Amino acid sequence: MTSKIKPGKGAPYARITGVGGYRPTRVVPNEEILKHIDSSDEWIRSRSGIATRHWAGPEETVAVMAVEAAGKAIADAGLDPEQIGGVIVATVSHFKQTPAIATEIAHKLGAGKPAAFDINAGCAAFGYGLTLAKGMVTEGSAEHVLVIGVERLSDLTDVTDRSTAFLFGDGAGAVVVGPSQEPAMGPSVWGSEGDKSDVISQTVPWDGYRVGDVGQLPVGADGELKFPAIRQEGQAVFRWAVFEMAKVAQQALDAAGVSPADLDVFIPHQANMRIIDSMVKTLKLPEHVTVARDVETTGNTSAASIPLAMERLLATGQAKSGDTALVIGFGAGLAYAATVVTLP
Amino acid sequence: MAATQEEIVAGLAEIVNEIAGIPAEDVQLDKSFTDDLDVDSLSMVEVVVAAEERFDVKIPDDDVKNLKTVGDAADYILKHQA
Repeated sequence: MTSKIKPGKGAPYARITGVGGYRPTRVVPNEEILKHIDSSDEWIRSRSGIATRHWAGPEETVAVMAVEAAGKAIADAGLDPEQIGGVIVATVSHFKQTPAIATEIAHKLGAGKPAAFDINAGCAAFGYGLTLAKGMVTEGSAEHVLVIGVERLSDLTDVTDRSTAFLFGDGAGAVVVGPSQEPAMGPSVWGSEGDKSDVISQTVPWDGYRVGDVGQLPVGADGELKFPAIRQEGQAVFRWAVFEMAKVAQQALDAAGVSPADLDVFIPHQANMRIIDSMVKTLKLPEHVTVARDVETTGNTSAASIPLAMERLLATGQAKSGDTALVIGFGAGLAYAATVVTLP
Repeated sequence: MAATQEEIVAGLAEIVNEIAGIPAEDVQLDKSFTDDLDVDSLSMVEVVVAAEERFDVKIPDDDVKNLKTVGDAADYILKHQA
């Protein structure tokens, strides 16, 4: 029996057609972090490569930052907001779960009635969003899809934890994924290792506050209940990120049929400069490959880090449109996603 | 064939030299990785992974924190090598 269902008419391939970023106005140097922890600028720089990060002010909400970044990405793609058929928002730091913030962002952009939803895959989420967007474009559910990574990790930072206080930053990065006549996004190599889910996590679940078991909740020096924070086991994360993720990055290159010699740009999740340096060494990337090192002045912005780094490389001329880039995100879950893309 | 303690220390010295730039002759049994050799917690992970490959041994994250000195690491490898 033949099926009565008619398949969608998608584009033959998908590509990233535009990118945009938003960095909050306030720059926070290590000196400010040191007000709350016993450490030093030298220690922070040697462990993380981070010198400054941006922390959002009260007006720079998740929605505001996302709309700024997405508006730039739409303009960069040469589109009008009404042409956007899908809005995917990757975040772990939007604190009102219902409704999805993607719908508000789509509305504020003037995007008509696109499919709009949020995803949570920690620092891997931008790659997850790219994979979904590519599927939507090639399957025919949407012609142009926004993928936005946006975080206010300063809200989830324990400023008194000397192992994480300096790591996190705020910001938004966005890309538009649209139709292409030639391949411009390789297969995604993605997955998760839930047996390591406790290695990076929020200290307390939100319903921990409702249950009110104060013994389980974080309490500050003044006895006040504290907001949850992100905590991680640094050595375990470092080992996994450098050595396991180098294998995943290699698989993504292999899947796309791209050799390191053919690669122009490497944009890993901006977690920590030490991870980036060790990955480059482990992957044996050739000297000519431009490596994103945005973490130095942006900190770790989780889902936003890859599009923010991409935007900066293109804006500063370190990378150019048409370059072949390997992107890999990895983090809480532990989840990961790597792919090779042509830069917009 | 399993490595002797002397071979393990020599191997660790090479690894520490490559990763942290510490002169190999400074890497002695009684030296603390962090206090004497200035190997920080992240470099220590790199040392451990390199040692795993070189000596065909698994050193889980939970055990890494017990390896304070070069002697601790050499003993651990001696005991656990395949």
